[in-house]
Amino acid sequence: MSGTLNFTLKVWRQNGTKDSGYFEEYEAKDISEHMSFLEMMDIVNEKLEAENKEPIVFEHDCREGICGSCGFMINGQPHGHKSRTTTCQLHMREFKYMDGGTIVLEPFSAKPFKVLKDLMIDRSAFDRVIQSGGYVSIRTGSAPDAHSIAVEKDSADKAFDAATCIGCGACVASCPNASAMLFTGAKVTHLGLIPQGQTERYSRVQEMVNQMDSEDFGHCSNFGECTLACPKGISLDVISQMNKDLLVSQFKG
Amino acid sequence: MRFLQSTIGLKILMAFTGIILVGFVLVHMLGNLQIFIPFQGISGEAAIDKYGYLLKSNAVVLWGARSVLLGAIVGHIFAAVKLTNRSNAARPRKYELHRWFSDSYAVRTMRWGGVLVLLFVIYHLLHFTVGVDAALFTEVKHCGPLEGGAANTCFVRENVIRGFQQPLISGFYMIAQVALGLHLTHGVWSLFRTLGFTSQQWSERSRILAMSIGGLITLGNIAIPLSILMGIIK
Repeated sequence: MSGTLNFTLKVWRQNGTKDSGYFEEYEAKDISEHMSFLEMMDIVNEKLEAENKEPIVFEHDCREGICGSCGFMINGQPHGHKSRTTTCQLHMREFKYMDGGTIVLEPFSAKPFKVLKDLMIDRSAFDRVIQSGGYVSIRTGSAPDAHSIAVEKDSADKAFDAATCIGCGACVASCPNASAMLFTGAKVTHLGLIPQGQTERYSRVQEMVNQMDSEDFGHCSNFGECTLACPKGISLDVISQMNKDLLVSQFKG
Repeated sequence: MRFLQSTIGLKILMAFTGIILVGFVLVHMLGNLQIFIPFQGISGEAAIDKYGYLLKSNAVVLWGARSVLLGAIVGHIFAAVKLTNRSNAARPRKYELHRWFSDSYAVRTMRWGGVLVLLFVIYHLLHFTVGVDAALFTEVKHCGPLEGGAANTCFVRENVIRGFQQPLISGFYMIAQVALGLHLTHGVWSLFRTLGFTSQQWSERSRILAMSIGGLITLGNIAIPLSILMGIIK
């Protein structure tokens, strides 16, 4: 029933931030189609280690598609060609069509995302954007209190959809302008649409946009690549919401 | 926070100046289409000539409108250049392989299409407004008294026909209209996004609006050189 697949991996190798980096090719042989992409990488790395070579460094944690750690460019697309899928949840059967072919792997590229090693990047710029405004400073109470604050259904849905962002960075990686607006917009929308987030709603959007800009991310030109690359399918509407909140914030003291 | 220095502030500047320019382009096209109205009255004056004279008769209004338009163009280009530079700097290492998820042509030609539209606008102004007397241009008669000295008029119809009878000039105008139309199909949609029209209805409405405006501008403006080349208007 299950066949095995063979690929050549063309992988970006870079030994630290200052290294200039280069591509190297590796063979991935007898790969089960049921493996995840990262399991295939594990096999390749085991072989490299057995040969006393440096394994390929890539980031991963939960391997369940919810932590946002994994992700690199697979054949020119963040997390590969399958929509709404993180790299860890991408299975090798998706590559059956190119059995025997070459898969190109590169780290996400953006000025703020420095390459730490090989396919692993520094996403601390995202952390600083969150620190600048991704919080509420009122007491939200304990679990039962959550039910006592009524949230309009439409707002609750939109806020929840925005909150599903896992901060993987695929939006930045796919954006022609290397913009972080989908990420920042998701956080602004998530907190800005619920009652608990109203106190800082307009100062938050200013702080977060400021921080995002000072990290040297690009701007939004409404290409829509980010939303298609996003493993959670975060809507472009979050960017529009952020724009609106920023515009409104100019008229609020 | 310095609003106009932020990426979003610049996009909002782009959107507002865009609205002014789209409005102008629409009115300009409606004005142009008057060339299809046949001669009227005893004097035999063309509707578009009367309209042209009307536009030029009040210097304050004329130069007021020109200043607003020039300001809008400068603002639009200022934002575009600043954001493009920023965008280029934001990805120092280009991808070895990059595949798009979407395949919209209009989005990917915004920058170069915009430059083409700018070059066209400059040529167009030199051609009909300034009336440059040189190769690559055609002779232009400026507004003045009608034969017999009865009334003042502008010779829009005559100038346009003389210009568009040259296939090279007509061709360039038509290519520029396609570029302008493409620019608008993404630009108009994008400005609604930038100004925060987040609802589902507006998302659909603004797409339809953008496609209609882009299509209308291209077809409406192409109709004129095409009709002249085909001898429908003479």
